[in-house]
Amino acid sequence: MKLKIEDRLVVTRQQTIIISIMSSLLSIPLITIIFLSYGVNPILAYQKMFYGAFGSAYSISETLTKSIPLMLCSLGLTITYKTAIWNIGAEGQLLMGAIFSSGIALSFSNWPAYLLLPTMFVFGFVGGAIWSLIPAILKIKFQTNEVISTLMMNYIAMKILEYLVYGPWRGKEEWGFPFTEKFSSSAQLPTIGATRIHYPTLIIAIVAAVGIYVLINRTKLGFEIRTLSKNPEAAKYVGINYAKIVLLIMIISGGLAGLAGVGEVAGIQHRLKPNISHGYGFTAIIVAWLGRLHPLSTILVSILYSGLLVGGEMLQIVFGLPIGIIEIFNGVILFSMLSGDFFLRNKISFEISSKAER
Amino acid sequence: MTQEIIMFILTTFRAAIRAGSPLLAGTLGEIIVERSGVINLGVEGMMIMGAVSAFGVAQITGNVFLGVLVATIVGGGMALIHGFMSITLRVNQYVSGIALTMFGSGLSSLIGLQYIGIPGYSLKPILFNFDLLVYFFIFLVPILWLMLYKTKMGIIIRSVGENPEAADLLGINVNLVRYLCTIFGGALAGLSGAYLSVSYIPSWTQNMTVGRGWIVIALTIFASWDPVGALLGSWIFGGIEALQYRLQPLGISPSLLGTLPFIFTMLVLVVSAKESFKKRVGAPSALGKPYKRGKK
Repeated sequence: MKLKIEDRLVVTRQQTIIISIMSSLLSIPLITIIFLSYGVNPILAYQKMFYGAFGSAYSISETLTKSIPLMLCSLGLTITYKTAIWNIGAEGQLLMGAIFSSGIALSFSNWPAYLLLPTMFVFGFVGGAIWSLIPAILKIKFQTNEVISTLMMNYIAMKILEYLVYGPWRGKEEWGFPFTEKFSSSAQLPTIGATRIHYPTLIIAIVAAVGIYVLINRTKLGFEIRTLSKNPEAAKYVGINYAKIVLLIMIISGGLAGLAGVGEVAGIQHRLKPNISHGYGFTAIIVAWLGRLHPLSTILVSILYSGLLVGGEMLQIVFGLPIGIIEIFNGVILFSMLSGDFFLRNKISFEISSKAER
Repeated sequence: MTQEIIMFILTTFRAAIRAGSPLLAGTLGEIIVERSGVINLGVEGMMIMGAVSAFGVAQITGNVFLGVLVATIVGGGMALIHGFMSITLRVNQYVSGIALTMFGSGLSSLIGLQYIGIPGYSLKPILFNFDLLVYFFIFLVPILWLMLYKTKMGIIIRSVGENPEAADLLGINVNLVRYLCTIFGGALAGLSGAYLSVSYIPSWTQNMTVGRGWIVIALTIFASWDPVGALLGSWIFGGIEALQYRLQPLGISPSLLGTLPFIFTMLVLVVSAKESFKKRVGAPSALGKPYKRGKK
C-alpha cells in the first residue's frame, strides 16, 4: 500500500466545511491528553464544560455576553486576513476603544444616555481606528512588518491603560484599586433582563457582520479586496490602489475592535480597569480562522468559541485548573485547524499496488 | 563626581548586557531559522516554555545546568511542531507561529502554577559578575558569523533560504536543512528563556518574557539577518531596559517608561526598513515560502 498525495485543484464549499469541522475535531484527542496528564477525567471535563457553556439559561446568557467582543474583533480581522494584512493588534485596538470611550464617559457624565452612549461608541471606534492606523501607515510608507508593529501597539496600549488607572484617572472612591470612578448610569449600556447581555453592542456586531458581508460581496471595494486576496500580482496591473485599501481595511478592523472595548467598559465593567479584556483580541484571531474568514460564519464561531471560554471557567471552578488552559486550547485548536489546510490543498489516497505491477 | 558618573555608566552598561542577553540568544536563533527560509513567530512561546522548564527542572533536581539543558531541548521540541506545520504540511507560517506562542504561554502557566513565588536556583557568576550563559551567547556571535559566511554549511543554509530550487538541483535536502535550522532556532529560544528564569530574574512569574520574543523578531530584521547586528541590537535594547529602571526614581510613571522598548521596536522597524531599501539587503528571498519540488 502506498500513500499518494496530489494537489487538489478544485475545492467545493462542502469539502471546505467538512474538512474544517474534521480538522477542528482533531484537537479533541490532544486536549484529552492534557486533561489526562493533569489527572482530570476527560469525559467529566467535557461534560462540565458543555454544561457550563450551554447547560442553563444563565450559562447561555454568559456565553452570549462573551461572544460580543469576539464577534466585533474577529469580524475586523476577517477582512484584514483576506487581504494578507496580519493585524495581530485587535487586543490593543479594543483597549484603546475602551480608553477613549471611558474618557468621554468620565468627562461628560451628566449628559443624557441617548447622547452619551452614541458619543462613546463613536469615540471608541476612533480610538481603535487610530491604533490600527499607525501600523497601517508605517506599512504603506516604510514596508514595516505589521505583525510586529500591531503587536507592539498592544503592549503600548496595555501600558497606557495601566498608567491611566494607576495615575490620573484613578477613582477616589475605589479603595485604592486601580479603577476609574464608576460610570454614571447614563454611560451604562442596557442589558436584557437580569443577564449581562448588553444588547446594543450585540446588535452593532450583527449589523457589522452583515455590513461586511455586503461590503465584500457587493461593492467595488469588496471586489478589489477579493482580487487582492486571490492574486496580489494581478491586482497591481488592474490599477487597484493598495495603500487606500490597506488604510480602509485597517480603519474598519481597528474601529470594530474599539467598539468591542466600548461594550466591555459600558456594558460589563462600568469603569475602566486593567484586565477589562480577557485576551479577546487574541482569541479573535482563532475565531476568524475557524470561521474561514467568512463574516457570517464568524458570528456562529464566536458564540461556539465563547462557549469554550465560559466552559473553560468551569474547569477552574471544578478541577482547579488555571486559566492558562484556555490558551492551550487556543493553540491546539489553531494548530488542528491549520493542519486542515493541508487536506484542503492536497488529496490523499491510498494506492494498493498489485504484484503484477512490480 | 566624575567617579560617580563613571560608575553610573559602568553599571548601566553592565545592566544593558544582562538585559540584552536573552534578546541576543533569541535573535541569533531566529536569524539562522530565517536564513533557511522559515519564519517562526513562535519565539515568545518557545522562550516562555524554556523559562518554565529551566526553573522547574532546577527545582526538582537541584541542578541548574540540567534545567538549562532541558530548556534547550524543550525549545527545540516546540520548534519541531512549527517545522512540521510549515515545512511538511506547508501551512501558513505566520498563523502557525502565533499558535505556537499561544500554546507555549498557556502550557507554561499550567506547568508553572506550582512555582509562583518560590525563590529559584540561579547560575553563579564566573567573571565580572556575568554568568556562563552571557559569555556563551556572546561567544556564539563570531561562531555563527563564521559558520554563515565562511563555511560550506553556511552556504547551504543561505542557498536554501535564497533559492531552494537551485539548492535542490545541487542535491541539497532543502526540507532537512530547514528542519535542522528551525530546531536550532528553537533551542536558542529555549536557552534564552532559561537565562530569564535562572539568571536574570531567578524566579517564575506568568508571562515573564513580556514580549521579548516579539522584540527578537524585530531585532532579526534590524540586524539584517547578521549575527554581528544581533549583538549590537540586543545591547541597545538591553540599554533601554536598563535605563527604564534608572529613570524611575526621577518620578516618571513606570507604566509610561514601560512603553519605551515597544515604541523603540517600532522605530527600529522603520529605520531598518529604510536602511535595507538603501543598501538593498533584504530578507532571504524564499522567507516564509514552503518548498515543494516542481512547484513555485
